[in-house]
Amino acid sequence: MDKIISNVITQSPQFKENEKFNKDIVAGFKERLEAAKAGGPPASRELHLSRGKLLPRDRIKALLDRDSPFLELCTLAANGMYADEAPCAGIITGIGPIHGREVVIIANDATVKGGTYYPITVKKHLRAQEVALENNLPCLYLVDSGGAFLPMQDEVFPDKMHFGRIFYNQAVLSARGIAQISVVFGTCTAGGAYIPAMSEETVMVKNQGTIYLGGPPLVKAATGEDVTEEELGGADVHCRISGVSDHLASDEQGAIRIARNIVENLKVASKFDLGAAAPEEPAYEPREIYGIMPTSLKKSFDMREIIARVVDGSRFQEFKKNYGVTLVTGFARIMGQPVGIIANNGILFSESSLKGTHFIELCCFRRIPLIFFQNITGFIVGKKYEHGGIAKDGAKLVSAVSTANVPKFTVIIGGSYGAGNYGMCGRAFGARFLWMWPTGRISVMGGEQAANVLCTVKMNQLAKKGVSMSPGEQAEFKEPITSKYETESSPYYSTARLWDDGIIDPVDTRRVLGLAIAAALNMPIEEYKSPVYRM
Amino acid sequence: MGIKKLLVANRGEIAVRIIRSARELGIRCVAVHSDIDRKCRHVLAADEALEIGEAPPLKSYLDMGRLISAARASGCDAVHPGYGFLSENPKFASMVADAGLVFVGPGAETIALMGDKVASKEVMRKAGVPVVPFLSGTGEVCLKKAEKLGYPLIIKAAAGGGGKGMRMVSGPEQMQPALEAAGREALKAFGDGRVFVEKYIVKPRHIEFQILADAHGGIVHLFERECSIQRRHQKVVEETPSPALSEAVRAAMAKAAVKAAKAAGYVNAGTVEFIFEEPGSFYFLEMNTRLQVEHPVTEMTTGIDLVREQLRVAGGEKLGFAQAELSRRGHAIECRVYAETPENNFLPSAGKIHLYREPAGPNIRNDSGFGSADEISTYYDPLISKLVTYGATREEARLRMLSALKEYVVLGVNTNIAFLIDVIAHPEFAAGRTYTDFISRFFEDWKPKREKMEIALACAEYCRAHGSPAAAGLSAAKERGYDPWKELGPFEIGIDK
Repeated sequence: MDKIISNVITQSPQFKENEKFNKDIVAGFKERLEAAKAGGPPASRELHLSRGKLLPRDRIKALLDRDSPFLELCTLAANGMYADEAPCAGIITGIGPIHGREVVIIANDATVKGGTYYPITVKKHLRAQEVALENNLPCLYLVDSGGAFLPMQDEVFPDKMHFGRIFYNQAVLSARGIAQISVVFGTCTAGGAYIPAMSEETVMVKNQGTIYLGGPPLVKAATGEDVTEEELGGADVHCRISGVSDHLASDEQGAIRIARNIVENLKVASKFDLGAAAPEEPAYEPREIYGIMPTSLKKSFDMREIIARVVDGSRFQEFKKNYGVTLVTGFARIMGQPVGIIANNGILFSESSLKGTHFIELCCFRRIPLIFFQNITGFIVGKKYEHGGIAKDGAKLVSAVSTANVPKFTVIIGGSYGAGNYGMCGRAFGARFLWMWPTGRISVMGGEQAANVLCTVKMNQLAKKGVSMSPGEQAEFKEPITSKYETESSPYYSTARLWDDGIIDPVDTRRVLGLAIAAALNMPIEEYKSPVYRM
Repeated sequence: MGIKKLLVANRGEIAVRIIRSARELGIRCVAVHSDIDRKCRHVLAADEALEIGEAPPLKSYLDMGRLISAARASGCDAVHPGYGFLSENPKFASMVADAGLVFVGPGAETIALMGDKVASKEVMRKAGVPVVPFLSGTGEVCLKKAEKLGYPLIIKAAAGGGGKGMRMVSGPEQMQPALEAAGREALKAFGDGRVFVEKYIVKPRHIEFQILADAHGGIVHLFERECSIQRRHQKVVEETPSPALSEAVRAAMAKAAVKAAKAAGYVNAGTVEFIFEEPGSFYFLEMNTRLQVEHPVTEMTTGIDLVREQLRVAGGEKLGFAQAELSRRGHAIECRVYAETPENNFLPSAGKIHLYREPAGPNIRNDSGFGSADEISTYYDPLISKLVTYGATREEARLRMLSALKEYVVLGVNTNIAFLIDVIAHPEFAAGRTYTDFISRFFEDWKPKREKMEIALACAEYCRAHGSPAAAGLSAAKERGYDPWKELGPFEIGIDK
């Protein structure tokens, strides 16, 4: 494959300006990331440590193979929500290797409101289970949770995708041969008791982990019985008497060792063979992305410059280079694995939609994972294009994206607006993983456009009554709309609500994709079945 | 009678060296090795090899019983001890002889005698070989005698070694307190408070003469070697001829050396070491009853293969040449290339040699025991090789050495190559002003000048030999598939490596 020849001039004032702008954005992102990773308030962390317990991130570190990657999911979940009292939504999820085998880790953070489940906590837990399901990865639950966050029970308890779904998933995953393993480090009360109880194998830490449907206060109230936590549902009780747990660990490190031993004995699925080549670092420095991404998404840039800083050896075999030029498609490798890349270089026209559809079918038949680099304002509008059938051509692209049998990975590096989000494998389209750059923006349309649309509608209504709006009134009308869109299209707004699997530093893109592809290959790629395309 | 099959009781470069000469004489060679040395060069070079124990030398290369058994089991009729290990152990020499085998070296009595520092000097003094003037006694007597000897003097422990109990005395007023202090220190260190006083050589050079003697009374010297460049009492650079000797002094020293060898009843190859003080004073230091590490410089300038002569003489043959038939031509310099860290007190550097490429060219000889993918073990001497260059003049040999050292590539372990380059390039060395304090004086705070370019070249060289890391990754990926989960190392989103 030929190398992309970069046209970036790293000494130009434009480059320097972009670089400064984007580095500031990334620094801001890292600040938030660090704050969230610290966990609960200092007092509750100290209390946790004073009980001789490990912080959840240290548990994960001890559990995973030494010096190995941890691909965390949705770190900034609940960021800016719940009065910012739930960093990481009180739960840490991600993928890491144990004895060389990737597993999904789901770890409660008891320093955040006792590890209770907020609505976003539930969503994050379910998303991690979905990752396990789609990629055939065993689940390890590091349990230390008081169950549902009671003040928000209506948003946590009853619905299809609420708390109950966790247990449903455990059973379904287990039935699919995906191991469910719990390590009980703390309380598992009420609903929480079902996480270890629904697991295939459970480890409990002596004098520390407890499992019961009703705690001592509830027992006292209901039956008048006086009982200690340990007597009611301690590790000894469950490992010797009830059989709710299988392995008794004398301390946290012991429990972690047992959990590692359990994983060691799981059957290792052989990874789907894509025909890997030797990995090769990009020929261009990934850090140059900072100088390439413009200071405003209104300014255009060549997506090939980004691709050149992500793929192996910056080599890219472009497909249909001269047709439907607003969509860049082509083959490359990331850490040795073949990938098909679809990236936006402008608005989507019929030609670019057809080109994208053609390319997706190629990848599906050849079983090559797809990578989507999003920077899309949407599909073209206007009489000429509607007559030309832009809707059905766009639908072809959406159909192909939806039914693609290969693992799909989406990175929103710039705008992700309207149906462009759909055609480029947005959250609803089953990407195995979807990440945002801190420069990304998601909304149904741009804030200005939305304000203009709404203002035009309003003016039409008023015109019928014979009233007109002065330019000042128009601006006043638009301001709250643009402001709302500005807030809601922020990547932090998106990631807080789990519209994505997390924000990533652009320079990490290659590594994140490499790890994700390698994890995805734990699930074999099915044969491609194409939908009926509207012709 | 002649040797038919030889057990080489050593390892590394010297074992390889011995095997080469033996093979030329049609002698079959048996190598011995410890368990970790199974794939060493000397094992591969030999006709047969026997494992004789575990890595610690006491359990293998120094285990006399096992060596004798190995020699017997393999049907050897002779044992060559090399240098180091058991080469100067009289007990081993007699055990070999008692087992009915030929020991390639002098007899056990000679080894024992020359191993005794005091007794050997006494023998030499009686034979008329100059020894460093010394005196013994206490207090007044000592002071009076000292006047005759002349200051500066040095006080040494009779039982001593390693600098313990040593005191320099530059004038009579220091004598009494120094004697007492040295005595106390000696008593503490060796349980023996006896001391003696020697003339202190201010600017000593280390000059030695190579001797060859047969069992039929034939004895010759093969001229001198100067080995003044030493670190921690170990030679690192040796050369011949010495830049310090006039023909007259050389002849006088040669005569003394032959006299010394005769006094010791010497047979086989040996070396008489002198301390030399300009302009022409020399004193017997000791006699090494073995092949010297630095013997190649003599071979380069005389054309005599010393190991071949050792084997012939040990087999009972006559030398076959007289002193007058020997001549020397040109100049040779040897550098000992060690796996060590000169800037860190010459600490040995063990590990795997990832890439080894030795210099080559006219008049360059490299006696090496290692190559790419070999391991330098902490159990043994970290000598990698002895690089020798020859030239018509000293300057020619020196410049050749400089360029050969620069061509020498050893990646994976630290070496003293950069250090040697700076030694050979030093103006004092170039001028031949080589005294035993050379390294402590000029190289006390030596640090390698690591130039980025050199590191880049080293990387490029490694890649050229082994393929680029990407190419290496290719074969690895083909074998078991590259998996970033296993290869990427610690990684977390947003955390800079």
